[in-house]
Amino acid sequence: MVKRSLVFFIGILLSLQSVQAEIVIEVTQGKQSAIPLAVVPFSWSGSEPLPEDISQIVHNDLGHSGYFRTMPVANMINKPTTISQVNYADWSIQRQDYVVIGRVEADPEGYAIEFHVLDVHLKAEVLRHRVKGKKSQMRDLAHYISDYIFENLTGIVGVFSTKLVYVTTNRERNRFNLNYADADGARERLIFSSREPIISPAWSPDGKTIAYVSFENRQGEIFFQELASGKRERVIAFKGSSFSSAPAFSPDGKSLAFVNSELGNPDIYVMDIATRKVRRLTNHFAIDTEPQWDIDGEHLFFTSNRAGGPQIYRMNVNSLAVKRITFDGNYNARPRVTADGRKLVYVKQANGRFHIASQDLETGKVHILTSETELDESPSVAPNGSMVVYAASENERSILAAVSVDGDVKFRLPSKYGDVREPAWSPIFK
Amino acid sequence: MQTTTLYKSLGLAFGALLLTACASKGDIDEGTSQIEDAQDQTTQVVEDAKVSGEELKAQAEAALRDQTVFYFAFDQSTIKEDGKKALKAHAKYLAANSSAKVTLEGHADERGTIEYNLALGERRSMSVRAYLMANGAKAEQLKVVSYGEERPAVMGSSEDAYAKNRRVEVKY
Repeated sequence: MVKRSLVFFIGILLSLQSVQAEIVIEVTQGKQSAIPLAVVPFSWSGSEPLPEDISQIVHNDLGHSGYFRTMPVANMINKPTTISQVNYADWSIQRQDYVVIGRVEADPEGYAIEFHVLDVHLKAEVLRHRVKGKKSQMRDLAHYISDYIFENLTGIVGVFSTKLVYVTTNRERNRFNLNYADADGARERLIFSSREPIISPAWSPDGKTIAYVSFENRQGEIFFQELASGKRERVIAFKGSSFSSAPAFSPDGKSLAFVNSELGNPDIYVMDIATRKVRRLTNHFAIDTEPQWDIDGEHLFFTSNRAGGPQIYRMNVNSLAVKRITFDGNYNARPRVTADGRKLVYVKQANGRFHIASQDLETGKVHILTSETELDESPSVAPNGSMVVYAASENERSILAAVSVDGDVKFRLPSKYGDVREPAWSPIFK
Repeated sequence: MQTTTLYKSLGLAFGALLLTACASKGDIDEGTSQIEDAQDQTTQVVEDAKVSGEELKAQAEAALRDQTVFYFAFDQSTIKEDGKKALKAHAKYLAANSSAKVTLEGHADERGTIEYNLALGERRSMSVRAYLMANGAKAEQLKVVSYGEERPAVMGSSEDAYAKNRRVEVKY
């Protein structure tokens, strides 16, 4: 016993030397500086009020992304809506790099929006585009415009048209709702309601199915729900199991990793979704849970307390070889990987508090992304890797908050009912 | 509480009845019959004591079984000493009633991740299960489930609330 722990200790020392586990509370260090951009209110040629304020949505989208610092409309002296009305000097004095102007017009099907993006330094128009849509699609059009501008100016795909699924519950904990909303929190819809807990919602990569754990049969069981039809199916319910949970779809959508526990030993399994054949991946007396696929579809990150407290590990689903990933601190759990596979985002306990942290998978460098809230959990990374949405505790309620992966921009998502938990960010819809 | 006083008063009443019964029976100078009577009295008194002793013990056991919630330290699944007596009582009951079944519902406080806490809650239920089995309960009588942090007993983020949420509930 002594021999084993000595080897383990030496192993830790060696790995500490190669892993830079320096905790940095992010303010401005090392991140991309936000680009100053002004979205001028779009003109509207009609008489009745528009159902949505397009330019306001674009302003919020781009500002919340962390990549842009959007200029307050109150500071705008002139508000051009056509190219000819633009005086570049107005904007260079205000230190803006880009200006977005536009016009909304009525269209037989609904509305047409034309917008321009102008480069203040070049004193030239760099983007111009026109979109059309129905009255009910106004928010979708606005998000489309945000995606378009974002992608063209940053080179990164935009996520403003993506969705969130999350759980809301009341204080008495006898009503649990699974909800679906836009990535900015608008247009919330109920997709499943229960008197028993719902946890761990997960999106299929094609964005059509949500997997989640429901306790409707008095213990945790995994269900699939098809978004379009509302059809539900109990997928995993092993005999003799205390619970099945933590579903995670593989990047190709063909497999589901999950946890099953019998007699106090949670382990990780993988199911082939088409054949429903199950394969056991871990067989260790420790708590092994929270599997999450790496982008190559061949490895799984997971949480295990095999070393004493919860830490994050990575395993090869074919060879079953396991490698420890986190070494800093004594509680690191619930891994999520960014779209480029470079960073791990997870929950870390530091100084008695729980925060969202990121670890660079190549250098091992650890950053704490959240600092103002205390009981941070359930991080979900945007499909373009730019932002992390998570649940935080505020005034004894659970709310959703978001932080850019660099840790700088923070905002809260409005919630009108009870406690909001476990956000899951959708894939980009094709 | 009411049952105990009831039993007590019944016991007293019965005892009183005995004394009055003995006083009315026969005269002092009847010789042997008196001695027999005395023996009868003695035998009766001893039997009474035995019966009320058993009843009192059964009451005490049942009272212990009133405790159905057991608590744990943070990130631990070890049963606390102060819960063991009650758990033993549950185990005895289950051992004596093979058709009786319980669900052991495990819980955790809200700190940490949801899925990890689901596993922690189960570990706590398993601890209780092991203790019950070691004291006579059979595996078929015990069902283990976990609600993790989803069903707190007390809402709030105080240490006191947390302590009350780290629990296993024994449900018949």
